[in-house]
Amino acid sequence: MVESYRQQSPLDHLALTTHPARHADDAGLILGQRSFMELINLRGDANRSDFTDAVRHAVKIDLPISANTAAGKLAGPHILWLGPDEWLIVAKPGSGERMATALRNALAGQHAAVTETGQSRTCIMIGGSHARDVLAKGCALDLHPSAFGAGQCAQTLLAKAGVILHLPLAPKGAEPMFEIHVLRSFAAYLWAWLEDAAQEYGLRVDI
Amino acid sequence: MTKQFRLPEGGRIDRERRLGFSFNGRAFRGYAGDTLASALLANGVHLVGRSFKYHRPRGIFSAGSEEPNALVQLERGERTIANLLATRIPLYDGLTATSVNCWPSPEFDLMAVNGLFHRIFPAGFYYKTFMWPVSGWKLYEYFIRRAAGLGRAPEHPDPDTYDKMNTHADVVVVGAGPAGLQAALAAGRAGARVLICDEQTEFGGQLLNERAEIDGLPAFEWVAAAESELAAMPDVRLLKHTTAFGHYDHNFVALIETRAAKISDGEGKTRQRLWRVRAKRVVLATGAIERPLIFSDNDRPGVMLAGAARTYVNRYAVRPGSRAVLFTNNDDAYRTALDLKAAGISVPAVIDVRHAPGGELPAKVMAAGIEVIERSAIVGVEGTRRVKAIEVMKMNDAGSGVTGKPRRIECDLIACSGGWNPVVHLHSHAGGKNVWRDDFGIFVPGPTVQASAAAGAANGSFSLQACLDQGAQAGAEAIKLIGFTPAKASQPRATNDPTEEPWRNLWLIPSTRPTGERGKHFLDQQNDVTAADIELAIREGYRSVEHAKRYTTLGMATDQGKTGNIPGHAILAKALGQDIPATGTTTFRPPYTPVTMGAVAGRMVDQFFDPARRTPMHAWHESAGCKWEDVGQWKRPWYYPKPGESMDDAVSRECLTVRNAVGILDATTLGKIDIQGPDAAEFLNRVYTNAWSKLSPGRCRYGLMLRDDGMIFDDGVTSCLAENHYLMTTTSGGAARVLAWLEEWLQTEWPELKVYLTSVTEQYATLSLAGPNARALLGELTADIDLSPDTFPFMSWRTGTVGGVPARVFRISFTGESAYEINVPASAGAALWTDVMHAGEKHGITPYGTEAMHVLRAEKGFIIAGQETDGSVTPYDLGMDWIVSAKKPDFIGKRSLQRADCMRVDRKQLVGLLPKNPTDLLPEGGQIVKEVLKSPPMPMLGHVTSSYRSATLGRTFALALVKSGRERIGQTVHVPLEDRSIACDIVNPVFYDPDGSRLNG
Repeated sequence: MVESYRQQSPLDHLALTTHPARHADDAGLILGQRSFMELINLRGDANRSDFTDAVRHAVKIDLPISANTAAGKLAGPHILWLGPDEWLIVAKPGSGERMATALRNALAGQHAAVTETGQSRTCIMIGGSHARDVLAKGCALDLHPSAFGAGQCAQTLLAKAGVILHLPLAPKGAEPMFEIHVLRSFAAYLWAWLEDAAQEYGLRVDI
Repeated sequence: MTKQFRLPEGGRIDRERRLGFSFNGRAFRGYAGDTLASALLANGVHLVGRSFKYHRPRGIFSAGSEEPNALVQLERGERTIANLLATRIPLYDGLTATSVNCWPSPEFDLMAVNGLFHRIFPAGFYYKTFMWPVSGWKLYEYFIRRAAGLGRAPEHPDPDTYDKMNTHADVVVVGAGPAGLQAALAAGRAGARVLICDEQTEFGGQLLNERAEIDGLPAFEWVAAAESELAAMPDVRLLKHTTAFGHYDHNFVALIETRAAKISDGEGKTRQRLWRVRAKRVVLATGAIERPLIFSDNDRPGVMLAGAARTYVNRYAVRPGSRAVLFTNNDDAYRTALDLKAAGISVPAVIDVRHAPGGELPAKVMAAGIEVIERSAIVGVEGTRRVKAIEVMKMNDAGSGVTGKPRRIECDLIACSGGWNPVVHLHSHAGGKNVWRDDFGIFVPGPTVQASAAAGAANGSFSLQACLDQGAQAGAEAIKLIGFTPAKASQPRATNDPTEEPWRNLWLIPSTRPTGERGKHFLDQQNDVTAADIELAIREGYRSVEHAKRYTTLGMATDQGKTGNIPGHAILAKALGQDIPATGTTTFRPPYTPVTMGAVAGRMVDQFFDPARRTPMHAWHESAGCKWEDVGQWKRPWYYPKPGESMDDAVSRECLTVRNAVGILDATTLGKIDIQGPDAAEFLNRVYTNAWSKLSPGRCRYGLMLRDDGMIFDDGVTSCLAENHYLMTTTSGGAARVLAWLEEWLQTEWPELKVYLTSVTEQYATLSLAGPNARALLGELTADIDLSPDTFPFMSWRTGTVGGVPARVFRISFTGESAYEINVPASAGAALWTDVMHAGEKHGITPYGTEAMHVLRAEKGFIIAGQETDGSVTPYDLGMDWIVSAKKPDFIGKRSLQRADCMRVDRKQLVGLLPKNPTDLLPEGGQIVKEVLKSPPMPMLGHVTSSYRSATLGRTFALALVKSGRERIGQTVHVPLEDRSIACDIVNPVFYDPDGSRLNG
């Protein structure tokens, strides 16, 4: 674990806390960042109950088996389906090592892979009434609420960056915000692209 | 704008909003709601340009996208756009346009002399004339381009922005005329997601141009009600001024939306947007385009399509002439006669090629006192810059010739109609077949492989009621096929919809002389292709419609022959003595109308053209003033010049510091793949050329990967992290490619192997310390890793804490010096880098970039995959026999290495080169010869792959691939350049520390 004062997010150089759009009213598009989220890439055979049981035991969530769905409670960790034998566990900062160890222990003796990847990515949050329009400028997926609603996720291309897109459930009364897990080397590019795409709708930066 | 040409009332123009504009330097006025074409006509301007080849005066011919003549250059300077259609430019205040293709003005054009020499400009003129000598083309082209060019491309970058939008819909409706609106309503009312678009700035399609009635009210009212009903539906998107320009496989439809009302109207919005639409069902309600009658001198200003003349009167309240004759083969043109007369235009006659036209509309026309001249033809047109009069003669029964005495009728407008062609373009783009309908003489959409259907005029159903009914039906069918239930709704009735009699398709209107003599029968007005040109092509032996098209250039102009193609193909069919469906049409290709290149690029320009990937230490490098090198998408420090240093100075300093003290390199970009599973070692055995079974935890090994053809693909160091757990590194540029390659083998060839691969390239920041002081420096930063060479030897790794950060330290070297690659969590990379620089000060540390790294590795004879290799190089070629296991049963590429070609002794082999003059720097890529002949060709032995100045060696040196190179060590070869030749000695490719004592020390 890295002491927090020594950590830098890939957007630090943009000084977003002094962004001119910090307090914009009537913005159709809201951008934010959640840094240092813990990510664990999980590989295994979902047809084997010893695998799914072990994951449930370690993470307290049932593995999502349907393509492009996510599982998990509002505030707690989530598991995103990435492929027939691949998942991404998303958890709050600081909890990754403990969870990875718990998973490795639970999966001891099985053919499975637990790989911490949280340092690879940062999480850009995007919300507001035009969030889907901005995403649609760079993403070919159907983002209509009937096709991509809360609890869904996808690995896709946004502009020219590969991303993992997830729409978590929103707490009551809160606006839903998409999570864009992007590789840290692409984060600055993607942020600039999103700001540009947001221009016509009005932008607020919530950091 | 004069009262003479603008009707006192009516039209869909806003008379409260007067707009000023300029055309060819003259100031005019128009109204909001006008197009440039209607505003010009309202000012009495018919002559808008000159034709492409003969420079004949040309006027406004249509009112839409089919316009062949009224091409203009819109605006000036950086925002200028060439070859826009005046009929499709909505008027705005301050608009500036000029004619294209005429000089100095359309009224007086110097190139019109071409028309006098038409006999030397037949079809295929360029092919026949400018072929000899071949070298002459450069000269000819200069003059031809000047004489025949259309508009001018802007000379500066476009200041406007463009973007793209992806969207999906259950039903996409192309065209918002009566059929399209009905289809959208049917789908929308059932709750489907609908996108409806139309190229015009208003919905309504042909209804905008007509005095039609629906349910007893003006049709506009029905359009407005339909539009507001659609707009109120939550999942219906309405796009105006949006052309569906391409229909592709999987029901992918491309649209271009013009968003800015005027060209310079940014307002934070993009000027145009390219929509990428994926549809479950497509309804093509694209309408129809009127086709002309092909009569002698049918291109004179004042000749216009009959529907267009009606459009100018009804929609724009403009009189396109003061005395109009109609020339028709159908009843629809009689509508125009009635509408023109109602607008106060004198209509002396309707000339009909049919015998005794007797439908409802002709009856109304006769009742209105307009003369109908049956079974007759216009055989001549008076007036060159504007129609003054026509000559009319009776035709024989077959319509192949004329008889009797010509009758002269004065007029300034000839409104002609040869029937209507369904717009089958989009249907055809996506592989749909077209079917000939003999009753009308039209092609209609036939079978298609897309989930699409046509409705209304696009489907050959021309009456308003048929359009309304078919649209509703197409919409209902579309949604039923994707699981919706159509809602019940009352259907609109067209309340003045006279029935029409059949057309008479007479493709070439006879005149008093053979085709091509004196008067010209124009088919393609933009490319100046006449009926005589088609007949000439047949005489010269062309049979296929595709060949005749290319030879004559029929339909190859920017309008793609929207008006003249079908008559042209019909004339071709007749000349070939076959029927029209057997002759066929040319291929319809996207785009339907021209699309701005800016919209195709969208926002993928400048900083968004390609992502610049940043390492965690990017900001530090930037503030240190480094120069960047692009490696794939990564930005990597190339070198760090100090004030006053040249690149050579900086690289020499960086190299010497690494050799004599310590250097630090940002190696984060190296690809990293985490490999886990009980079969991981077996997997490595199969993908690398060397053996991996015995690599124990804590140890590292260099590996070479081949493609299945035996050629080197990638290389890197792989470390054993634990039993069944490895960390592979790849080249920076090859990371994604290698992972995809490995996954392909795992998933398709070796599914039985229990191995999981995960990319961890970006999980770690990698700081590489190299040089004799590296160990001492690292020792100051870590307390829990024993760095003594005995416990931490070369090619091993240890875990611990470096600078307070958890780290894996790999003792591997690409420089030939004692070196440590420190991997830490990416977020801590920048902080640790700063700490290392601080602690390294007293050890003489310097950051070094990729250029110094390249020099240092080349001094050691280490290869770079992609520099020493180019997809045709085996390990043996590089002298790396030691890394190819002879014992392993198999690995990717093993069998290919036994191919005769891979075993040749005269293959190109890796050697070193030392120029005889130690200051001569060989160019990379330079060709190597045994002796320099007076002039090429000369036998070539190979080429230079890497070449540098070495501060360590005090001279230049190079690596090269040379035929039988190892045998030639000691020989002299030459690298001939443009102005001189460099002589070099072939040497062993290891220039520095050949026994590796520094690296192991």
